[in-house]
Amino acid sequence: MSTPTLAATAPGSGPAGGPGAPQRGRRRPRGVEALTPAAGLGLGVAMLWFSLLVLLPLTAVVVTALEGGWGTFVDVVAEPDTRAALLLTITEALGVAVVNVVVGTVIAWVLVRDDFPGKRVLEVVIDVPFALPTIVAGLVLLSLYGPRSPIGVNVVGTREGIFLALLFVTLPFVVRTVQPVLIELDADVEEAAASLGASPATILRRIVLPSLAPAITAGASLAFARAISEFGSLVLIAGNVPGETEVASLRILKFIEGDRYASAAAVAFILLLVSALVIATLDVVSRRVARRG
Amino acid sequence: MAESTLTRRGRRGPLTYVLRVLVLVYLLLLVAWPVSLIAQRALLPVDDPGGLGPFLERLTEPSTVYAFNLTLTVAFWAVLANTVFGVSISLLLVRYRFWGRRALSVLVDLPLSVSPVVVGLALVLAYSSTRGWFGDALGSVGVQVVFSTPGLVLATAFVSLPLVVREVVPVLEEIGTDAEQAARSLGANGRQTFWRITLPSIKWAVLYGVVLTAARSLGEFGAVKIVSQGAEFNGETATLLVQNEYGAFNEPAAYAVALVLVLISIIALVVVTYLRPKEDRA
Repeated sequence: MSTPTLAATAPGSGPAGGPGAPQRGRRRPRGVEALTPAAGLGLGVAMLWFSLLVLLPLTAVVVTALEGGWGTFVDVVAEPDTRAALLLTITEALGVAVVNVVVGTVIAWVLVRDDFPGKRVLEVVIDVPFALPTIVAGLVLLSLYGPRSPIGVNVVGTREGIFLALLFVTLPFVVRTVQPVLIELDADVEEAAASLGASPATILRRIVLPSLAPAITAGASLAFARAISEFGSLVLIAGNVPGETEVASLRILKFIEGDRYASAAAVAFILLLVSALVIATLDVVSRRVARRG
Repeated sequence: MAESTLTRRGRRGPLTYVLRVLVLVYLLLLVAWPVSLIAQRALLPVDDPGGLGPFLERLTEPSTVYAFNLTLTVAFWAVLANTVFGVSISLLLVRYRFWGRRALSVLVDLPLSVSPVVVGLALVLAYSSTRGWFGDALGSVGVQVVFSTPGLVLATAFVSLPLVVREVVPVLEEIGTDAEQAARSLGANGRQTFWRITLPSIKWAVLYGVVLTAARSLGEFGAVKIVSQGAEFNGETATLLVQNEYGAFNEPAAYAVALVLVLISIIALVVVTYLRPKEDRA
């Protein structure tokens, strides 16, 4: 559910030389052909739908963000509350990504290398945050960490609350990208190193972590991107005090509700840029992995 | 940590157990405990009558029934659109070579990385009758997209767009084209080949994609919030109802609807996790 970005460059699709690079001179896989008229028609219809649904609306955001000129764009972003929201969002997302790098890798390790009754249940628990509707995720956390908490903890309206919600919704990313790589990793190499006198720390540093690094990077970027754009789970938890606990997505909502669409689009444009950057990073990482593998 | 690399051979260092306990505690505090509390809050609210009777009463309130109806309608159309689009685009991406193919395969994944609020905003800026690019054109033929059901369908289809493609593409690559070519050489036309050879071999992947899309569609909140009126009997989906009821201090109703949504997503998750063929998980 969480790894197909890596799977997208699996063997069959091959490393093309860039978008639309000519395929001449390279043998196509058997049965893969140039467009037939029927397939061309299908492609046209699919592209029309995709453009109307995704590309045109996103273009509208970019155009609206920039149509007032660079000056208005900078003004909106320089508003203290907007800047605070962006800063808070990026700081929280970075923190969440770092925690996920450590915890996610350890969870993947336990799932692959350890064995105990009920491990299968754990596999489902890991994916629960992906499956839950985001607003429900917020409510779920409030039932333990909100008002009337059975353990007397209330994180509503705090930055810790935002962090907790982001940890919840990003839990599966690193786990699910590292897990398949760890399964493939040959334990014999580690044992050979151990038999040659390498200490566990050396084995971890020299053998295990280098093989896992691309997967960890990919998982962390996905978690970061998700945390930057998270909305639903924060609606009930973040207090939305401007300058204090208001994240970027909630800032956009406030702009929309105040009929300030250009400002909303400006903040949205920044989020889109970050997403695009993450996708580009992932593409590079996954291509490097495919080449190595 | 490296101590535990020998577990496959049956030797376990103390670190193995430490890590195992840490992971279990983390997952218990972050996921398992809060999720199980939802059931308790729904069935035994703190200040309101508890039990199955009141719980079912809350779920059969006319506004709640309306919300679930709307959610199901929207999810149905979104799943239908994404299944047709997903299977077609997967076939095109895997079986054909054309200019821009690689760019398209990256773009198809885009919707998953866009913030739901931005999705909603984008649809408003394109299709709203007052400020959208196509608002006037749509208005002149009497179609209202934003703040009505078509807008909800678009928002939902947008956020769940890549889910079918992501399931189907790897399987199509895996199965190769031998059977399809054999069918062709025996005189089957394109349509026969698709229905009799290709579709049967990708049917599980399509089904998983549909389950994931349905789960995501039933639970979408952010994008829907922006393009919907979100008022009782007026564009209030199940997820919007959770927020509205919680905001109106009607916690029992919010938790009741939330529990139903939790159960639906966990069922979808278990279906996908346990029914997926073993070889896929290796």
